[in-house]
Amino acid sequence: MSKFKKKQGNAQPAISTASLPDIVFMLLFFFMVVTKMRDTELMVTTNTPQASELTKLEKKTLVNFIFIGRPTVKNQPKYGTKPRIQLGDKFATPDDIPLFLEKFKTTIPEGQRQAIISSMKVDGEVTMGIVGDVKTALRKAGQLKINYSAKSRERTK
Amino acid sequence: MAKKNRMNNEINAGSMADIAFLLLIFFLVTTTIAEDKGVLVKLPPWSNEPPPEMKLNTRNVYSVLVNADNQLLVRGEPMDIKMLKNNTKIFISNPQRLENMSEDPAKAIISIKNDRGTQYGTYLEVYNELKAAYNELWEEASMAKFGKNLTELNKTQRAEITDAIPLVISEAEPTQFGDEK
Repeated sequence: MSKFKKKQGNAQPAISTASLPDIVFMLLFFFMVVTKMRDTELMVTTNTPQASELTKLEKKTLVNFIFIGRPTVKNQPKYGTKPRIQLGDKFATPDDIPLFLEKFKTTIPEGQRQAIISSMKVDGEVTMGIVGDVKTALRKAGQLKINYSAKSRERTK
Repeated sequence: MAKKNRMNNEINAGSMADIAFLLLIFFLVTTTIAEDKGVLVKLPPWSNEPPPEMKLNTRNVYSVLVNADNQLLVRGEPMDIKMLKNNTKIFISNPQRLENMSEDPAKAIISIKNDRGTQYGTYLEVYNELKAAYNELWEEASMAKFGKNLTELNKTQRAEITDAIPLVISEAEPTQFGDEK
């Protein structure tokens, strides 16, 4: 009994917040490592389809992105609803792809240029016409490693 | 007196947490968790000349056509996409040694052709199913040969399996039907 009384008598000990900065810094570093700077604002909707045979892209610096989809609601008054290609932060046509790839190449050291992968983020509802045009442009530009970005799902039985 | 003060001096670290939180929120807002996953494909190099005519035994070619209405025509017969993977597996491995299926897994060729009006979602699903068929065959071969999962094999063992059952998916130029207006 006397034990309890003694405790109550004491002043309320404050919870030490000394380690709070450390915890938050840990979170901060975690997010810095696993995330990537948002460098492009999406101007098209890219609701990628689902697939089961996925490969993870390891080296993010060696990946460039090609977005294909309908312009977002904000951009529709200006650009209509027809599917479009977005390279970097601009709308583009398949003719712009070689220059885009060349520009990307200059940022990569010579020895690693073979490993560049073009990731195509394409909306599932887009027709293959525009995708085929992009594929042809990529082949003509010699960019043969591509990745159809997709969400993961279980393999069908 | 000055000495006493110096001894007690401590930098107030109470605001450290606030600063760290601020940085954390800044990073949360400006970055994205990259979900860079997808179906990896190697395109054939471009050449201006038409591809050389190859004499292929028709029994070794598994042609998959996807039309502008997202319907499948496999070797001249309509097929549901759910059946595609298993039928492809049977075609490649040909367990019953049928006359009209591939002579040998190494000789099997999958050919896809789509219209311009085919939905990308369907196209990718078809491609994915075909790739899944190969992946499953590899896994089965790996289990039978080495008694291990495909992911546990070393490079030469893996190459041995993928050489026996090489992944050959050829894509024809799309036909002009049904492109978006």
